[in-house]
Amino acid sequence: MALEVMARAEAPIPLHVDFRVEPGELLALVGHSGSGKTTLLRTIAGLWTPAQARVRVAGRAWLDTAARVNLPAHRRRVGLVFQTYALFPHMNATQNVMAAMERADAAEAARILDLVNLHGLGGRRPAQLSGGQQQRVALARALARRPQALLLDEPFSAVDRATRERLHAEIIALRAHLKMPVVLVTHDVNEAQLLADRMVVIAQGAVVRAGTTAEVMADAEALRAMGIRELAVMLPATVAEHLPDGLSRLDAPTGPLFLPTVAGEPGTRVRVRIMAHDVILSRDRPEGLSAQNILEGRITRIAPGQGPGVVVHVAVGGHEILARITRRAADQLELRPGDTVHAILKSMSVARDHVARAPDGGRSTE
Amino acid sequence: MDWTALELSLRLAAWTVAILLPVSILLGRFLAYRQFRGKALIEALVMLPLVLPPTVLGFYLLVTFGRNSPVGQAWAGLFGQQLVFSFEGLVLASLLFNLPFAVLPAQRGFQAIPAEVREAAACCGMSPWRALWKVELPLAWPGVVTAMVLSFAHTLGEFGIVLMVGGSIPGETRTIAIAIYDRVQAFDTEAAAVMSAVLVAISLFTIAVTFALSARVGRRLS
Repeated sequence: MALEVMARAEAPIPLHVDFRVEPGELLALVGHSGSGKTTLLRTIAGLWTPAQARVRVAGRAWLDTAARVNLPAHRRRVGLVFQTYALFPHMNATQNVMAAMERADAAEAARILDLVNLHGLGGRRPAQLSGGQQQRVALARALARRPQALLLDEPFSAVDRATRERLHAEIIALRAHLKMPVVLVTHDVNEAQLLADRMVVIAQGAVVRAGTTAEVMADAEALRAMGIRELAVMLPATVAEHLPDGLSRLDAPTGPLFLPTVAGEPGTRVRVRIMAHDVILSRDRPEGLSAQNILEGRITRIAPGQGPGVVVHVAVGGHEILARITRRAADQLELRPGDTVHAILKSMSVARDHVARAPDGGRSTE
Repeated sequence: MDWTALELSLRLAAWTVAILLPVSILLGRFLAYRQFRGKALIEALVMLPLVLPPTVLGFYLLVTFGRNSPVGQAWAGLFGQQLVFSFEGLVLASLLFNLPFAVLPAQRGFQAIPAEVREAAACCGMSPWRALWKVELPLAWPGVVTAMVLSFAHTLGEFGIVLMVGGSIPGETRTIAIAIYDRVQAFDTEAAAVMSAVLVAISLFTIAVTFALSARVGRRLS
């Protein structure tokens, strides 16, 4: 059931990309606009054919330019959520969902609408739905096709931030139901890091870096090639208790973390995104400091950064935290791989949308 | 009041619309979505009847389908009657003359559908025919209906080309527009006035109903 993609083209945009997505896996194609990531989705869906390309799903060729195989889009079992949703404006939500079914089945449509939290809104037309609701209808319609590959083209870019956070959480919750390969195209690194198991970073139509999300996001050079400054790691954690002062205590392998109130009952598994530029390093355990999170670890690597900065990799409780500090500070502290340091993180520096529920599927993404 | 002429005009308009409907949909859709060499020339040919005097079109029809032309003789051999100065000849002239009215609004209607909506139809597993029926036509139909109404009303009002190709044979080619002209020539102002008023009423009614319908569709979709 895996999805295998190979694409080569010179015009209208250069493409030189190979990747593979396993069933149930969510792969993020990350890159700037014009990098070719949407063109790749369109290639998979059959809306575009590069000069040379191969798309195989579950061992069957949808496209193989060498063998002159090119199934039209309507013969490929693909679910595509467009950036603009592209709902059928003359149909209500239920009809939109049923339009993607081989046999129209109202009960099944209602079940899928429930799955995307649109219970009771099936009778509304797209014009009567909010942006977030339209996005859910688009997702429901894509799922109604029973796709062998689910493709999401910047699906969260047209909604406001609060809605986007909610949709992210819903996608994570929905993952347990998604047995097919999923490809998410996005330019939002935070989104990719929250949702994806693996990432393929694309620039000018070529792969800059591919790997697990943790690997890619720890690779400062790959991110720099992309012009992304948002170096960050994801730490798994469990909500331990909500404190009366508005903070939540989370248990993480790195030790307890204190963050502004995190949604979820105690016991909820979450992932916390820690930005490298928010982390301060100290040789000695600092005292008299306002920061609430002080994590002791060992330096594994010091990578030269852009200009005056370096990125220090610190192993803490089996995980890695990245700290972006100046080269001057690293020299003053005489930091060397193998040294013990304390990574310091302000509670308030972790934004609310940088904490997400762990995927229900139980798949480890770290 | 020449009821035969009115009936003939309505019959001519109905045939024109019936034959132009599939042409409007298929040619309009083709011109809306396909890019090819020579497209501008095709579009110009479709639009040509709009700028040419009806007499020019009528002249070429007479030359092409007249008694002495190969096409005219072949038609006469097949059906035992001439194409020009017959109802069938009028229908043919009317089809050509209404081409811009039938194609252009439909083409605009199809063009107004976002490319992504059509792509979504394909990604939903709809074959091109099914997508046309389920998605494109419901969205483009205000354009198609406008095209048909314009063709209908325009056929009722056409005069010059009917005179050139059809003459004024009662029950065969004398449409209401020709009948009005004949009445005026015969100083029968009263009959001309009645028929003119009837024609105004029918045309106004047809177009008003269309506008009302398309406004309702517009509200439904926005």
